Amino acid sequence: MTPIELSLTVNGERRALTVPPQRLLLEMLQRDLHLTGTKEGCGVGVCGACTVLMDGRPVSACLVLAAHADGHEVTTIEGLGRDGQRHPVQAAFLEWSAFQCGYCTPGMILAATALLQEHPAPSEEEIREYMSGNICRCTGYMDIIRAIQSCTGGAKR
Amino acid sequence: MSGEGMGMALEIVGQSVPRSDGQEKVAGQARYMDAIDLPGMLVGRVLRSTVPHGRLRRVDAEKARRVPGVVTVVTGESLRRDGRLNPYYGPALLDQPVLAIDKVLYVGDPVAAVAAVDEESALEALDLIEVEYEELPAVFEPLDAIAPGAPLLHEGELKPGGLFVDLTDVHPVPGTNICNHYVMKKGDGEAGFRHADIVIEQTFSIPETQHYPLEPHSVLAWVDPSGRIALYANTQQPFIVRAQLADIFQVPPSHIRIMVPYLGGAYGAKCYPKAEPIATVLAWFARRPVKLTFTREEVFLTITKHATVVKMKSGAMRDGTLVARKVECYLGTGAYAEIGPRVSKKMGTNGAGPYRIPHVQMDAYCIIYTNKPPAGAFRGYGLPQVTWAFEQQMDTLARELRIDPVEIRLKNLFVDGDTFWYGERLNALGLRECLLKAAAAIRWGEPSQALPGKRRGKGLAIMLKTLTHGASIAFVKVDDDGTAKVLTSTVEMGQGSDTVLAQIAAEELGLPVERVSMAHPDTDFTPFDDKTSGSRSTVAMGKAVLLAAREARERLLELAAEQLEASVHDLEVRRGQVRVRGTDRALDVAQVVRAHFRSKGGTIMGRGEFHTKLAREEFWFAAAGAAEVEVDPETGEVRVLKYVGACDVGKAINPHLCQQQVLGGAVMGLGQTFSEEMVYDHGQLLNPSLINYKLPAFRDLPAQLEVILLETPYSEGPFGAKGVGESAVPPVAAAIGNALVDAIGVRLYELPITAEKVLKALEEAGGAGPVGAGGAR
Ligand code: FES
Ligand code: FES
Repeated sequence: MTPIELSLTVNGERRALTVPPQRLLLEMLQRDLHLTGTKEGCGVGVCGACTVLMDGRPVSACLVLAAHADGHEVTTIEGLGRDGQRHPVQAAFLEWSAFQCGYCTPGMILAATALLQEHPAPSEEEIREYMSGNICRCTGYMDIIRAIQSCTGGAKR
Repeated sequence: MSGEGMGMALEIVGQSVPRSDGQEKVAGQARYMDAIDLPGMLVGRVLRSTVPHGRLRRVDAEKARRVPGVVTVVTGESLRRDGRLNPYYGPALLDQPVLAIDKVLYVGDPVAAVAAVDEESALEALDLIEVEYEELPAVFEPLDAIAPGAPLLHEGELKPGGLFVDLTDVHPVPGTNICNHYVMKKGDGEAGFRHADIVIEQTFSIPETQHYPLEPHSVLAWVDPSGRIALYANTQQPFIVRAQLADIFQVPPSHIRIMVPYLGGAYGAKCYPKAEPIATVLAWFARRPVKLTFTREEVFLTITKHATVVKMKSGAMRDGTLVARKVECYLGTGAYAEIGPRVSKKMGTNGAGPYRIPHVQMDAYCIIYTNKPPAGAFRGYGLPQVTWAFEQQMDTLARELRIDPVEIRLKNLFVDGDTFWYGERLNALGLRECLLKAAAAIRWGEPSQALPGKRRGKGLAIMLKTLTHGASIAFVKVDDDGTAKVLTSTVEMGQGSDTVLAQIAAEELGLPVERVSMAHPDTDFTPFDDKTSGSRSTVAMGKAVLLAAREARERLLELAAEQLEASVHDLEVRRGQVRVRGTDRALDVAQVVRAHFRSKGGTIMGRGEFHTKLAREEFWFAAAGAAEVEVDPETGEVRVLKYVGACDVGKAINPHLCQQQVLGGAVMGLGQTFSEEMVYDHGQLLNPSLINYKLPAFRDLPAQLEVILLETPYSEGPFGAKGVGESAVPPVAAAIGNALVDAIGVRLYELPITAEKVLKALEEAGGAGPVGAGGAR
């Protein structure tokens, strides 16, 4: 199998690389680009730990071939903040301690970012529904809901 | 002298200070095993048995060895032939080979392991290893495994693990699959039933479930040129894993160094050796670093929660007073004993429930070998299984006797001053308060209005768990810039120990919490700790840290007394300043250290230790759960409208983190109640992935989820704290099971509760019973 050449934008930087054709986006991020913030929690598209943004939309990097990212813009947790500043969703997760082990956190933050872009003021129902593709085994979810609500001026500490 | 001792206002303890690992974690920069590599590192992979029970006729790795890129292939036979290693390990019994020798005991038993330059070559090599099995009859359920004529899993004599004082009484019953039988008798035991007005008998069962930490087991092992072995591993027990590896490699423990980064969750799954023996053996043969990360399926095949059958018989007087209880627990421990014997002891100790009962007979047949993956520690340690039984039986008694379920519990539950089974005096329980608060939170006694066609009901459950034994040691060093570093071997796996232990140290040292940081475990440099599990870190390590901080503080004050020309007794240290009380004569802690060493540089040290008395329980933590459910009798669907977890934490060092532990525990309990179950066909696991092993997601949350923290101070705990990591899990299933009966009049005995089972039970009962009155009968 001949390797394929890709050119894409990752966290605002243009990257060109050569990978085997069956390379998954998740593997490319972790192994080829050493962006280990994106986590693998199931490998089968259920847990959302591998969520990244592709042209602003959330995708499960464990299900997407690296080849599909060719020509696109990928944002991982490492590239969410700008100029050394935390993204507001990162700040809200920090403020609400909306994590414990932290393994689901990068995926949660990116999924929540996408949610807030699509629905700037989601109801609790909408948050529960939209975020159901992201599993957290530790926290019991409530603080994550509150963190997301706080981004819309909802919850206050 | 100390903040704790003086009863001075607390500044840091009791505050929900931000987590110390927060910035890294929200930035995706926290270091877990997946970000730890070494140059020249090989990839390890494991070949596993495809049959549930069989003799190994032939394991031929010749072709695999010739695959380009393959550096080492190891089999059980090569371990035995090499002769330098002791290939068997296990915390209770030395019954588990690093790689199968002679026999395989379950589908998934490791047979051979490969280290190669990349994953592709490793996988190709695995494919080329030829294994021939002679299949043997297999047995899967605990009750079948103790039936006469059941196939024996372990035929030879089993040697004790020799690691733990509380496990010296673990004895396999020869010629059976029973690897330990725990017995506890009180009063006349079974004969006590003759005093009872009413006797009921029920059988409950609980399936295997998976911990499912999002991060799988992972190890990076290497051997340095001097022969010393080093590992990065995501273990909850670096020192115990080190001891077990030392036995395998026949070296002193200090020849092995284990370093532990952040863990991506554990819940008991990362106690005792898991991927470490295979990874280290590969590195030892390859003489190159080897990283072995289990696949998701391998995690399912590595450790589970004990499938258990609980037979329970209770006798009571007409007024609800319990007089006798007989409990038989049958735990399926899978192919290897692992820590099962201790789980069964804990289940046996706590299995009659938190009630005053004059006559008790407890038999925990602990631990019956079956041809399934090994079962071990799982958040709650046997309590989730027995609580499902004893709390449903309490409700059954209440219904039979027409007594309110809260009343019958209040009548019988342990209160301070009572004596536990083996004579220990109970204190600082908070059990009654947990029950009353949880009941009030769901408006116990007030009927709730269901939508047309639906039924609603309320239920509750309580539990009491004992602390596990073990030792914890901490060092505190205060440096010349007035910061402190706390050295412990507590593992930060999400529970927030880094934050809580830093709060304890900061409070005692009088430093702002930002000036205190935590080391992560490194067996070469951080002091011994038995384990990060059993809800013990806040108490056991917390106390050790408190004592270490106290010693460092005393030393600081001595030095400051000289420097300020004051008496030690007149000094206080707060917010980083040592001050002569009531004056403005003060020095920063940094100045005190520097002045003493007369240089830019210097360290003040303190040391603390905490250990429980041999195999004795030191304290108890109580919890209650209360649920309101809505059932659709047409579909059998059960919806939780409200769940309340009430836990007594002694003292909430960080209330937000305590609440999260309760929330997370409650949701984990809901998963075990409604969806989690490992399903097998002839020993073959059918659902080893999240596609068909269903974890609770956002949409499965109860409409309302509430936490109540109670604080009944425990005199030995740091600032009065008890543990909280496990307490929320055990009551969940029984509280919901009881609510179900309140709603539709039928009881389920087997977890998980599914719509199918509810429908079937309704059919058998001829439809839903009278409308529940929300607990009031
Ligand atoms: S790892 Fe991609 S969804 Fe779980
Ligand atoms: S914080 Fe551990 S999985 Fe979400």
